[in-house]
This record gives sequence, C-alpha cells and structure tokens, in this order.
Amino acid sequence: MELFISGCVILVFSGAVAVFLGRSRAASPTRSGAADPTHSGAAEWTAALGVWLGCGMALIPVVETLAGRLVQPLHVAWSMPGGSLSFGLDGLSAFFCLPILLISPLAALYGCEYLAHEKKSLGSILFFYNVLVASMLLLMAARNGLLFLVVWEIMAISSFFLVVFDDEHAHVRQAGWIYLIATHIGTAALLVFFALLGRQANSLDFEAMAAAKLAPAMATILFALAVVGFGSKAGFFPLHVWLPEAHPAAPSHVSALMSGVMIKTGIYGLLRALTLLGEPPAAWGWTLVGIGLASGLLGVILALAQNDLKRLLAYCSVENIGVITLGIGTGVLGLAWNQPGLVLLGFGGGILHVLNHAIFKSLLFFGAGAVVHGAGTRDLNHLGGLFKSMRWTGAAFLVASAAIAGLPPFNGFVSEFLIYVAGFSSIRTGATETIILAILVAGGLAMIGGLAAACFAKAFGTVFLGEPRSPQTAKAHEVGAAMRWPMAVLAVLCLGIGLLAPWALKMVLPAVRVMAGTDTASLIEPSAGALRGLSGVVWASAGLLVLAGCLFVIRRSLPRGREEASTGTWDCGYARPTARMQYTATSFAQPLTDLFQVFLGTRKQGGLLQGFFPKNAAFATRTPDAARERLFAPLFLAIDRCVAPIRRMQHGRVHEYLLYIAIVLVVLLIWKAGGQS
Amino acid sequence: MTITHWALPLAAWILAPLMLGIINRVKAIFAGRRGQPLLQLYYDLFKLLRKGSVYSRSTSIVIRLAPSVTLACMAICTALLPWGSLRAPAAFAGDIILLAYLLGLARFATVLAALDTGSAFEGMGASREVQFAALAEPAFFLGMLVLVLHSGALGLSNIMAGLSAATWQTSGILLILVACSWFVLLLTENSRIPIDDPNTHLELTMIHEVMVLDYSGPDFAYILYGASLKLWIFAALIVNLIVPVQSLPVWGQVPLFLLAIGVVAMLVGVVESILARLRLHQVPKILIGSAALSLIALIVKLMD
Repeated sequence: MELFISGCVILVFSGAVAVFLGRSRAASPTRSGAADPTHSGAAEWTAALGVWLGCGMALIPVVETLAGRLVQPLHVAWSMPGGSLSFGLDGLSAFFCLPILLISPLAALYGCEYLAHEKKSLGSILFFYNVLVASMLLLMAARNGLLFLVVWEIMAISSFFLVVFDDEHAHVRQAGWIYLIATHIGTAALLVFFALLGRQANSLDFEAMAAAKLAPAMATILFALAVVGFGSKAGFFPLHVWLPEAHPAAPSHVSALMSGVMIKTGIYGLLRALTLLGEPPAAWGWTLVGIGLASGLLGVILALAQNDLKRLLAYCSVENIGVITLGIGTGVLGLAWNQPGLVLLGFGGGILHVLNHAIFKSLLFFGAGAVVHGAGTRDLNHLGGLFKSMRWTGAAFLVASAAIAGLPPFNGFVSEFLIYVAGFSSIRTGATETIILAILVAGGLAMIGGLAAACFAKAFGTVFLGEPRSPQTAKAHEVGAAMRWPMAVLAVLCLGIGLLAPWALKMVLPAVRVMAGTDTASLIEPSAGALRGLSGVVWASAGLLVLAGCLFVIRRSLPRGREEASTGTWDCGYARPTARMQYTATSFAQPLTDLFQVFLGTRKQGGLLQGFFPKNAAFATRTPDAARERLFAPLFLAIDRCVAPIRRMQHGRVHEYLLYIAIVLVVLLIWKAGGQS
Repeated sequence: MTITHWALPLAAWILAPLMLGIINRVKAIFAGRRGQPLLQLYYDLFKLLRKGSVYSRSTSIVIRLAPSVTLACMAICTALLPWGSLRAPAAFAGDIILLAYLLGLARFATVLAALDTGSAFEGMGASREVQFAALAEPAFFLGMLVLVLHSGALGLSNIMAGLSAATWQTSGILLILVACSWFVLLLTENSRIPIDDPNTHLELTMIHEVMVLDYSGPDFAYILYGASLKLWIFAALIVNLIVPVQSLPVWGQVPLFLLAIGVVAMLVGVVESILARLRLHQVPKILIGSAALSLIALIVKLMD
C-alpha cells in the first residue's frame, strides 16, 4: 500500500515541478517579445514522466491484489473528527484502478504533443492533470467516508480547472460552470449519504459502515442518495447534462481521461455503496435496470443527433454508462433473487464494460483530438475524406467505432455478450419477473446496439470517408508519433480483449467476488455453459479474422485481381458531382432523428426553397439537450425566483459581512448558554 | 465436431445462389415470362471473378476490404446454423447473439464502404439501412427470447433440436408468430419487396442495392455471393423453426430441409410478385409490427 501512496505522491510532486517549468516558459515570450517556438517542452515531459512513474508504482499493488495476494492496508491517524487516513485495496477497487493506470499515462504522452503548440502557460493544466490522476487513484483506495469525500472534491475541482483551460472562450467558461454545479449537486447528495450512514454505523470507516444493520427504509433512502450522488458523476440520465458541455470544452486528452476514466468513479462509488448497504432488494435492481435503459437509449439517440464530433462522443458516454448500469442492475437482481449465474454475468459484463469503454472511448477522444489538430474543426458537416491523409488516426478510429458499436471481434462485443447471456439465462427459471428482465435486457441492448452502429457509421463515415467537405479539411495532415502511439496501443487492446475474452473475464472475477460476497467457485459453476460460450465467441472471432484475410488474399490473387482502373464515383449519370453533394452527417441521421423526434426536440431553420431557380438557401438544425431544456432550466429558474430576496443580503460590503458573522456568533453563544442553564 | 458437421455449411455455400434463381423463376412465371436460367447467379459470379475492377477516386482502403469482411461474416454465420437435429459445426451457448452481431458487422462494413464513395445516393441508402437495422434487431432478439424460453437452451443447435412435431401440438402458435416476425425480417434484411426492390438501381427509394453501386469485378462477386448466403441464413432459421425436420431420421432430414429452403425461396418470389413496394416511411411501422408479433408470442408463453 505504501507503494501505491508513493505513486500518488510522485504524481502530485511532478505536477508541482511542472508548474515551475511551465511558468518559466510562459515568462520567456514576454522577455523576447514573441512566442518562443523552440521551447524545450520540459514541463510537459516532466509531468508525463511523473504520470508514467507514479502509475507504474501504483500498478504493482493493483496487480498483486487482482492476482489474489493481500496488500496490507494502511491506517494513519487524522486530526479531522470522524476521519482517518485509511487506505486499502480489494478486488473491486483494484479493477477500477486498471483503466486509470492504463489511460492516464497514454493520455499524458498524447498531451505532450497536443499541447506543444499551445501559447498559454501550461503550468495549471499539467498540475491539475496529475492531481486528477492521483485523486482518482486515492479515491479507489480510500476506506473512510470523510477521506472519500475530500478526495472526491479534489477530483471534482481539479477536473473543473482542466475543463476551463481554454477559458478565453465564453462557452468554455459556461461549460465549466455547468460542470461545477452538476458535480456539487452530486457531492451534496453524497455528503448526506455519508452523514446518514455514518450516524447509523457510529463511524465513518467503510468497515464499520458495512457491518451496520440498516432498516429497509433507511437503506432505500441511502440507495437513492447514492444513485443521485454517484449518478451525477457517472452521467445517468437526466443528470448527464454536464457531459456534453464539459467534454467538448476540455482539451482532447483531458476529455479522454474524463470520459473514459473519471466518470467511471461514479460507477465505482455506486458499487461501493452497494457493498455498504447490505442485501439489496429487487427494487434496487429494477431501478438500476431502468436507469440503464433510459441512459442507454436516450444517450445514443441524442448522440445520433449531434454534429460536433466531441459532443457526439460525450453523449455516447451516457449510452455506455447506461449499458454498464444495465449490467449492474442485472447483477443486483441476481443477488436479490439468489441466482449466482445472473450475479456473475451481470456484474461481470457491466464491470468489464467499464474497462472496455475506457479503452475505446479514450481512443475515440484521442482520434477526435487528432482530427481537430489535423483538420482544424470538429464539425462533422465540414469534415470528410480524412482517411487518405490521416491513415493511423483513421484506422484507430475505425477499430474504436466498431468496438463501441459492440461488433465482434472487438472488446465491446465481449461485455455486451455477457450482459445478453445474463438476460437470456435468467429466463430459464420461467418466473414472470425474469422474463420481463430478459425482454428489457435483450430488447434494450439490441436497440442500443443498432443505434450505436448507426451513430458510429455516421461519425466515422462523415469524418474519414468520402470527399473533404471544406477547403481546410482537404489540407489535413497526420499527427506526430506521440499522438499516434497511444492510439495504436489502445486499438490493439480493443482487438486483444476481444480475442482473449475468457482471460478478460478472469480479471473481472475479483471485483465480482466483492459484489457477490462469495467465493469464485459458487459463481462460476452455475454459468459454466455461458462461459464456454465465451470461448466459442473467441474461436469464431479468430475464424472471422482469418477467413476475411484469406478471402482478401484470394481476391487479390485472382487472374485479374490486381487490375484496378480508377474513375469518378458513379452518381447515376450525373457528370459533375461535387463534395458538397455528398450525404452530410445531418442527413445521414435524419431518418432516425425524425423517428425519435419526441425525445430530441430538434429545431430546424430554413430549408424551404422559393421559385423555380432558387439561388440561396440555408438550412440549419440544432438539437438542444432535452433534459437541460425541459427539466433543469425551469427548475433552476424556479429556485432562482425563490431565493432572489435573499440576494439583497449579499451586496459585497465586507464590513457588513463581518457584522453577520458577529451576529451569528452571538446568537450561537446565547443558544449554547441557554441550553446549559 | 466432426467432418460431417462441416458438410452442412458446405452445402449452404454451394446451394445458396440457387435460392435467388428460384425466386427469380417464380417472379418470371407470375409475370408470364420464361425468366433467366436457374443458375444465372453462378454464371454471374464466375464472370465477375474473372474481371478486373474499377474504383472511384474518392475511395480508400475501406471499400476494398468491405467485400471480404462481409463475405467472411456470412460464411461464419452459416457455420453457426443447425439443420434440424443435426448440430452446427460451431455450437455454443449464446451463438445466436454472435450470429446477430456478425450480421451487424457485415452491415457496418457495407455502410462504411457506401459512405467511402462520397456519393449522395449511396449515403442515402446507407442512412436507410442503419435506420431499418436498428429497428430489426430488437425484433430478432425478441423472437429468439421466445425460443430460449420454450426450450430452456441458450445455443441455437440445442434450441432447434428441442423443437419437434410435438411442439406444434403444445405451442404451435408461438412458432407461427415468431416465424411471421422473422419472415418480415428476411424480407427487410435481404432487401426484398415490399421493403426494398432488388431490381431497381436508379430509384431514389432503394436501400441495399444503391449501397453497392460502385463495386465491380471480384468485389461485386463477393457482395452478391454474400447476399445470397444472407438469404440462406434467414431462410434456414425459419425452416428450422416451422418445419419439424427433427422428427425424421437423419438421412431424411437433409432432403426435407433443402426442400423447405426451396419453398421459402418460392414464398419470397410469390410475395414479391403479388405485393407492391411500401412507401419508405411505412417500413418502420412494419418492423415495429414484426417486433410486436414476437412480443405477443412472449406474452402468450407467459400466460401458459
């Protein structure tokens, strides 16, 4: 455990060193009068080195824990009342450390090149990046409610500063505020959660909390608080409103870390809360299944309607969080119904999807960052044809698109397969509720999968295929090695986990064991058939790759197989097609967005042509976030109206504020004295 | 798994193009024509394989890889299909999920290759294809749930082996509902009338055929052959479902199975001859209706 903590210390320390190095660089242009193009990049590389070193050290205890060896927990006294600096690792936290330890170093490396042309001081972004990584790691190890909350806040604040890095733009500042408010609504719920649970257990230590006996009503209140508190971080619908604002606003490697890894801390928190609350009733499982379906379906439908690449990816995170929650809900139902097979497949699929989503979502954000870097825009309707100029990025993005759409032979299919099988296998008992679960899981996942495939056909197709839709896109260039290699590593992992699925599942088992509270054998035995199915999938996937390769070779070795003539695209006889005549992202998604218009509320402007030879025409669509427009905007306006009178007290005159404090103190003193006499 | 198991997919690979010949012959008879030879698709395939190819200047590697990926997906799918009580060479729990997702991967490759050409027509076809697929997948899985619930097995081979003539006496209605639902999917996924028209290449209302406009030579042969395998896959699923071949001895099962596949092809031909193509925005309703059929079957099963 000391190694783990030292890793975190190195992370923060190297971040602090980078602040000084970054500062000196920011100062140099003022001395020389112009930006210094040949700066050494010492600050970025120091910070990145710190991330690699810190994560490398933390990896050792994590792997030990996953391998089944006990890592000695660490307890240090803390002067904070109720708090103690207790750290420990179990299967659950160790597994959730994996995406952090995998993505953070790669994103840091990617960031070195991504930020190289930045003219601003890099001190803050490097420092807060390292602090964010360290705080996520500490969160996984925290074993005390107060410590957990403090680390949670550090994580929220440091990621806030990362989001507002480009704070010269008004929309970035607004995104930052939305994020700050959303995360603090969650924190407020968590504060109440830990306060209530701590009072029941008479201690804020997790061990004592887990041992506390809770009345069913109290447990349900606590569960609701945990869902709101952790769900706002994870991006449960309708608490997801900050994701589509914050992810596009942040620099791409930060979006990758936040979307791929940080939102999973919400899932971790929810799972941890479930272990603290004792035996779950079936209603909790149904709640999670419902949240999962709502987030999954609405997330992907909203993603389909987006034309900003990073916004699309952000909504798609909501979808994947939905898939994860669906798996977890199935696992909780398995616990409630005492079906070990359901527990393993549900939790196993959901938790494995956490790692899978971290891999392909970070890869997609890396790809989006490379597109912004290479082509200068992330508006889908201005992009196109980038595959020819950006082969590496294109290939990596293609792999990630197929993986996130849940297609074999990639990793997304493996975790969705487990959740499907969970739904199918529960049905065999024949009880009505299991059939309802199976309908929800299979129907929901099938729909989500189909829509996700549509969404990523749109994303990859309009960005990388066809002809460039704008002049600047035509001049796009490939990114450098420091941005390419992280993408290549993650793309290989997408395929690797797909082909090594049974081993990937073994890696998840320690985490599932924590959730189930039993040993592995009793979990595996009832779902042995389903696990054999997993190896069947692997063989079929390998067969698919080999067969596709063979078919391609056969096709090339046909008598005239290498003979290629090149011509213009056949446009049904039209002689002079232009790039502007291609199907755009908006038109590609239009049949589906029209179908789901109820949920989207897309606004269209223009489009009607007048006369026989119309000259100018304009058409624009905009899809605002339904939850934000219809739920939160009216809600916050109402709150604003209620509290407006109080604002008169807050006028900025400091001496009167001091008076308030004095009055409150005197009142408290009188109250205290009155109570004693 | 023995070598004899591989005889089944092998037969599918050899006979699949014949299905399209049967469909076209039925359509020709309805129209009062003599029609093309039954083996026309075989001739076309051999002709195309001997040709060179033409690519659009807009295209990248995607359109060159897509035919191989699509065909590989279909070939693996045929290896997952049982014939009555004869098990598939690759049979495991959850293989039905893999089958559905392999069809999804093939579709993804075709759609991307269509977008690769940068043509407005192909983009349009791709857009419609993904829309209908998103609606067809839930229908497929709901139908599968009925069978899982009925047989208690998770693998396609076990599910189909569990059906028999006796099943028809107890829960024939379920099988009919699911078969109807899947027949609609067969028509949709294989771009047949009334959803799509396989004969038009230059109409704004087409879906699948427009996506393959820019293929030529061996690539087009792969695409056509893959399409015929896809038709075989759906036909084989339906035959497994409604023809109780399981009750026969093994030597009788294969001929009956092949006969039944031929009948499904004829049925498609009849449907194509007597129905007009639907307007595009009616198609989602048909697909939702097909999902509803399977849902009704599930509810019927629940009532038992």
